[in-house]
Amino acid sequence: MSCKTALRASAALALCVFAGAAAAQDTTITIATVNNGDMIRMQGYTDRFTEETGIAVEWVTLEENVLRQRVTTDITTNGGQFDIMTIGMYETPIWGANGWLVPLDNLSEEYDVDDILPAMRGGLSHDGTLYAAPFYGESSMVMYRTDLMEAAGLEMPAAPTWDDIRAAAEAMNDPANEVYGICLRGKPGWGEGGAFITVTANSFGARWFDEEWNAQFDQPEWEQALTFFVDLMNSYGPPGYATNGFNENLSLFQQGRCGMWIDATVAASFVTNPNDSTVADTVGFALAPDNGLGKRSNWLWAWALAIPAGTQQADAALQFIEWATSREYIELVAENEGWANVPPGARTSLYETPEYQDVPFAQMTLDSINAADPTNPTVDPVPYVGIQFVAIPEFAGIATEVSQEFAEVYAGQQTVQEALANAQALTNDAMEAAGYR
Amino acid sequence: MARAVTTRRKIATTVLAWAIGLLIFFPIFWTILTSFKTEAQAINNPPLFWGFDFTLENYAVVQERSDYMRFLWNSVIIAGGSTILGILVAVPAAWSMAFVPSRRTKDILLWMLSTKMLPAVGVLYPISLIFVEFNLLDTRGGLILVLMLINLPIIVWMLYTYFREIPAEILEAARMDGATLKAEILYVLTPMAIPGIASTLLLNFILAWNEAFWTLNLTAASAAPLTAFIASYSSPEGLFFAKLSAASTMAIAPILILGWFSQKQLVRGLTFGAVK
Amino acid sequence: MATQHARSAARVMMAPAVILLLGWMLVPLTMTLWFSFTRYLPMRGDSIERGLDWVGFENYVRFIGSSSFWPSVQATLLIVGGVLVITVILGVLLAILLDQPFWGQGIVRILVIAPFFVMPTVSALVWKNMMMDPVNGMLAHLWRFLGMTPVSWLSDASVQSIILIVSWQWLPFATLILLTAIQSLDREQLEAAEMDGAPVMARFWHIVLPHLGRAITIVVLIQTIFLLSIFAEIFVTTGGSFGTRTLTYLIFQRVVDSQNIGLGSAGGVYAIILANIVAIFLMRIVGKNLDR
Repeated sequence: MSCKTALRASAALALCVFAGAAAAQDTTITIATVNNGDMIRMQGYTDRFTEETGIAVEWVTLEENVLRQRVTTDITTNGGQFDIMTIGMYETPIWGANGWLVPLDNLSEEYDVDDILPAMRGGLSHDGTLYAAPFYGESSMVMYRTDLMEAAGLEMPAAPTWDDIRAAAEAMNDPANEVYGICLRGKPGWGEGGAFITVTANSFGARWFDEEWNAQFDQPEWEQALTFFVDLMNSYGPPGYATNGFNENLSLFQQGRCGMWIDATVAASFVTNPNDSTVADTVGFALAPDNGLGKRSNWLWAWALAIPAGTQQADAALQFIEWATSREYIELVAENEGWANVPPGARTSLYETPEYQDVPFAQMTLDSINAADPTNPTVDPVPYVGIQFVAIPEFAGIATEVSQEFAEVYAGQQTVQEALANAQALTNDAMEAAGYR
Repeated sequence: MARAVTTRRKIATTVLAWAIGLLIFFPIFWTILTSFKTEAQAINNPPLFWGFDFTLENYAVVQERSDYMRFLWNSVIIAGGSTILGILVAVPAAWSMAFVPSRRTKDILLWMLSTKMLPAVGVLYPISLIFVEFNLLDTRGGLILVLMLINLPIIVWMLYTYFREIPAEILEAARMDGATLKAEILYVLTPMAIPGIASTLLLNFILAWNEAFWTLNLTAASAAPLTAFIASYSSPEGLFFAKLSAASTMAIAPILILGWFSQKQLVRGLTFGAVK
Repeated sequence: MATQHARSAARVMMAPAVILLLGWMLVPLTMTLWFSFTRYLPMRGDSIERGLDWVGFENYVRFIGSSSFWPSVQATLLIVGGVLVITVILGVLLAILLDQPFWGQGIVRILVIAPFFVMPTVSALVWKNMMMDPVNGMLAHLWRFLGMTPVSWLSDASVQSIILIVSWQWLPFATLILLTAIQSLDREQLEAAEMDGAPVMARFWHIVLPHLGRAITIVVLIQTIFLLSIFAEIFVTTGGSFGTRTLTYLIFQRVVDSQNIGLGSAGGVYAIILANIVAIFLMRIVGKNLDR
């Protein structure tokens, strides 16, 4: 009968397809990574790794949000699709604590694990064990236009306060000529605008949680910080800053539309690159501002390579990680693309290299990284580690929603007080759901 | 006199229709055009419609970063496989619903459609866990199965409406002549049903090709189709309009070309028996 | 008349499709139901192997008690409703226009259906960057050309922007179905009405529109099924901010961002209930229209 034939045919087809998919693999490792410049560059050099070791590499390159969604689902369902995952300083200690990552405790002698910057090593460890090797690391700092500052008759202190920043933004603001005093992140997302407002709040003495895990958005410090930010940006920021993230601001700064930009230290190499930037010669750097309370508004972050515990190829994966985060890799990039383009912020030896010390932003990057203290991020004591994030699994979800509330303030759709009240309620609610309170 | 009015009216209709057609098509046209510009020209103010340096560089850069043909091939296999498998399962079902209807036929049809209302994110974990359990992650087979199941209700419903258009008298006549069920299907039904099946194939191929949730979440390197290809171009750094355009053009070109060549079939396919 | 033999054959032939769909629906649904009654936080080490704690209706209460719930239902209905209204109205008008004789019908028809072939991710990317970008987007250029200040679409008119993008994708579908329906309209009836001096609007209301009823129902039904679960368009453009967090997106945030599978599953169950309410409502109408 026809139905049986059809059934048989479809079953046979399905079987064929399944069988075909189960083909054997040699030493090929699959790496999930994020689509930013340094990672794309690394893909270009993969052939050299394969030549040296005979290990083939498959890349799965995804946009940051898609990557997070993909690797998180894979690790929590034990999918085992990747031999190396590119993750950040937020995920590493949490995943390490859950036993989902292979500890990186048998790195080779030549790799010299002690060369990794202490701040990075600390942030990528759990209980003293390193779980991911930093590919590059960053803090945040002020990048400003020296020509505009000079024209305004101002000088940027090496360690400015928020009042200095405000004065500079006011002096450089020239919206008639499409030059805005200051460009900052407002885009919703915990890693975008959420990160920036959190570090700003830190410098104003605010914190996410008190020591009993109660949300602190009802405290005056948060209102001060958010009000200051909104007022600063409404007065001297570009229009539509509520949707500006790192990329949008980078593009604006490169086009000469911003007097000042406080953002990731890795941006320094992009804004001083004459191929992409119209203002490459006139960029100065300063530490991220403080508010006289002893905490600066700079963060600490690293994109790092980790090996999920479920992999069959742990040895090959480790070999790749040693290659990609080694001093030799940095030298390889320096040779081919110049010192300004090497992945920064991971190794102490990089900052001791004479050629790299000539790079204008090198010292300020190192100073910014060293000024960040993830174990003691706020003025008042907190029960968590992390500066622009709180290293608990629930944070990404909560902070994304909180940053969405704030973005509605930036877009003029609700008031500071409404946003803080909503943030307070949703944070406490989520913490309750997770069993903290 | 009458003819003059008609001509004038025809000119007016032509102008209006073309204006609307071009307006609707504009985003696609603009994307394709931008993909041939340099990054600097892509953000030129005012926007450049002509007089830019035609370049294929963006395509070269995209191809260098990701092996387009592999993604394309996976898309073809997955979309094609799920469509064919779906047709094989749906034809007998639709046939029996159309020609041997019972009181429950309509309920079954509507129930099938309602399975499409399950929000995909809601079952992300269940499906992922099942895929891990049966080693289906990152296999084309697994994706073919999932996409087939997602589109099956639509396939059954479309085929059902086509089959109902086939006059029952012809079948009655065939039966009177002593045709067996097999002969009935092979020699009477199939020739009449082919146009409908072809349209169904086409529409489901497009739906499967464009599915972007499961194809992204259940693949890694070896089974990833074009939807995963485009996911690495969503927000790169700095200037990227031209490269984004090139990647977008590469992702939609095959299906756009297929759709254009077969648009007559597709128009039929989209009627869902709405006509008459 | 169908014989007994034919009936049993029919049942056998329907079996594969029914069994497959039943499995596809029941297995994940059962798991979702199970998860929705448990505490399932994979980031805290919960997994099926270790056993999940039963928490009763806690997730259901929490999901519906969250301040984001009702706004998300509202956003869902607003977006689905908005897209339906726009595609049906413009679809009818466009179908009538394309039905008139004019030069280049074939090409215009191709231009009009093209958006249907574009995958949702790509169309969201294209609209967000090439069209709606407040600095370099085409609309910003147009606004400046007309002497106005460019709008930041995705924050200031976010819901409208999503509706616009999704409508653009689905207008071809509506237009084609309605066009085929119009082409089957009885010309003589129309001409007779024209002879009798019935004005254009009257002809439209009393002859064309009733004829399209069935086609419109089909458009509404099929589109609703797809629109209730739109995701890529929101993920790529606004990420659920500025009032565009639909129920589907809220579930996504609970499952993926917050990694609270129990809570997300409870949300999934609510979404199924909402979808079924809409479905029953629709099927009442469609069911009638499907009987010929």
